[in-house]
Amino acid sequence: MNDLEIVAGNGLLHRRAFLTGGAALAAAVTGYRLSDTVAAQQLTDEAWSTKPGVAIPEYGIPSSFEKPVSRTLSNPKGEPRTQHARTPHHLVNGTFTPNGLHFVISHSGAPDIDPAKHRLVIHGLVKKPLSFTLDALGRYPMVSRMTFVECGGNSAAMFSNQPTQASVQAIHGLVSCAEWTGVMLSTLLDEAGIDPKATWLIAEGADSLALSRSVPIAKALDDTMVALYQNGERLNPGNGYPMRLLVPGWEGNLNVKWLRRIKLTDQPGLSYYEARTYAPILPNGKAYQFYFLQEVKSFITHPSPGLTLGAPGFYEVSGIAYSASGRIAKVMVSADGGSTWAQAALQEPVLSKAFTRFRVPWKWDGGPAVLQSRAWDEAGNVQPTRAQFVAQRGQTKTPVTNPAAFPSQHYNGPTSWAIQRTGEVTHVYS
Amino acid sequence: MSTRSAFVICALAYVVSGVSRTVIAQGLGTPISEADVAAWDISILPDGTGLPAGSGTPQQGAATYATKCAVCHGEAGKGGSAAALVGGAPLTSGIETTKTIANFWPSATTIFDFTRRAMPWPKPRSLTNDEVYALTAYLLSLNKIIGENDVMNAQTLPKVRMPNRDGFIARFPERMP
Repeated sequence: MNDLEIVAGNGLLHRRAFLTGGAALAAAVTGYRLSDTVAAQQLTDEAWSTKPGVAIPEYGIPSSFEKPVSRTLSNPKGEPRTQHARTPHHLVNGTFTPNGLHFVISHSGAPDIDPAKHRLVIHGLVKKPLSFTLDALGRYPMVSRMTFVECGGNSAAMFSNQPTQASVQAIHGLVSCAEWTGVMLSTLLDEAGIDPKATWLIAEGADSLALSRSVPIAKALDDTMVALYQNGERLNPGNGYPMRLLVPGWEGNLNVKWLRRIKLTDQPGLSYYEARTYAPILPNGKAYQFYFLQEVKSFITHPSPGLTLGAPGFYEVSGIAYSASGRIAKVMVSADGGSTWAQAALQEPVLSKAFTRFRVPWKWDGGPAVLQSRAWDEAGNVQPTRAQFVAQRGQTKTPVTNPAAFPSQHYNGPTSWAIQRTGEVTHVYS
Repeated sequence: MSTRSAFVICALAYVVSGVSRTVIAQGLGTPISEADVAAWDISILPDGTGLPAGSGTPQQGAATYATKCAVCHGEAGKGGSAAALVGGAPLTSGIETTKTIANFWPSATTIFDFTRRAMPWPKPRSLTNDEVYALTAYLLSLNKIIGENDVMNAQTLPKVRMPNRDGFIARFPERMP
């Protein structure tokens, strides 16, 4: 294996080394300590192999051994404030998020909606106001698309002036990716007949806050849909059952859940969440209003804090990248804190506005290393360096110790994980 | 054209163009009058569109506030288990500055809209329109944005000039209608 090409500092290999290295390399790969192989010994049957297994349930759930693979909750008792459920990116793989692990933010819990009584109304600046039942929507031509949804406040701990010690789940757990199936909103708006004076729509949920957000008509007619299915099944209650607005690539809060009303208007509503919550303050005291896009971003999930490395040797560095502006074009990975870079392999298919899994083989020599990724999208946008990002958007004056705090929104700079000689992974800035 | 053939044409259009728009209305929506939507139509626009009849003063709002709001937001809006509704540091204090009615909110109509649709937390949309006008007036008065005797109604509320009204910029101006 001496001929394997090291392409960047601290042992990053060519992205196709796993293919060219063949079986010898694959056999040399060690896992993280969570799944370290044990020394080979004489094999015997385990108890589960010597008797029939348990009955298969009607609705399958993961093995009891997978209990740690769960969301972390900011408000498990549902007290009168916002609830956050964060995706455990370090404990899953691939590109889409199982429904039970999809992130949720709800500002007043999840309403228990009877789908037979739910209605979606489209009105305001239209020729013919319309009301739709779920059954009626189910008769329209459907489309499916893989799309990430990300909270505008995801990664907010990265605004801290010192690195917050927390897992990738705590820092970046408010983004997930699913296959959404539903009706193109343009189909429904065409039927209602758009008044040419309409420039915005206000979408509103059936939750107790009647949460509302304003969306430009151009985006509504581009790729916005009324989503009815999530990864093949009906939406989870926390994700908007029985229907939500899906505004691909745009700020999560705009993807209004429990959607019950769409009003076409000639101005934005300046609702609470767009006028106040998701309007980040800039260092000069001005604030961005209507940020809309979740810009190109990537972070490494494996390894990351909590996934302690075992013996030195081969590991796969992998993570996810995504952009509101289309497909991911390239991801570069560094193991020396950004001095040198290796191009990562991108898992096919690479889809627009969806998670792209990137992977790089890495030969860890057991010494200190700093892993970092940067992504480029097909529109030419580049994930900024931390220095570039902080120069534009600022950082806190004092360290953020609570990773669930939201000092600002829309962080898309890089994330750096330091590997200690012990194999432990910590969060650093680099 | 029958509905069935319209579906076939739509389906073909999808195959060819991915997620492009359909051009044939399916006609499965039920027409509804704006009068029948009225109970759900609680959107208040910054120019005052949607504001209902009614009015209220800061003094009236103080009484309602004490009985229905202070339990979470504290006495005189000073904050409690829920956010403070009075005061606020200059936005140049840092990116993490707490956003308040006085230092941040661009439009007074947002106070009316959010209070009516979402408050009080355990029983949203239970306030009368007069109560919402009065609470809006009280909060604006507490923050010295209007006078303590000013009446808020559909005419006066949209004319209130919020201190930070001009403090915003679009992140992607090309995306703004």
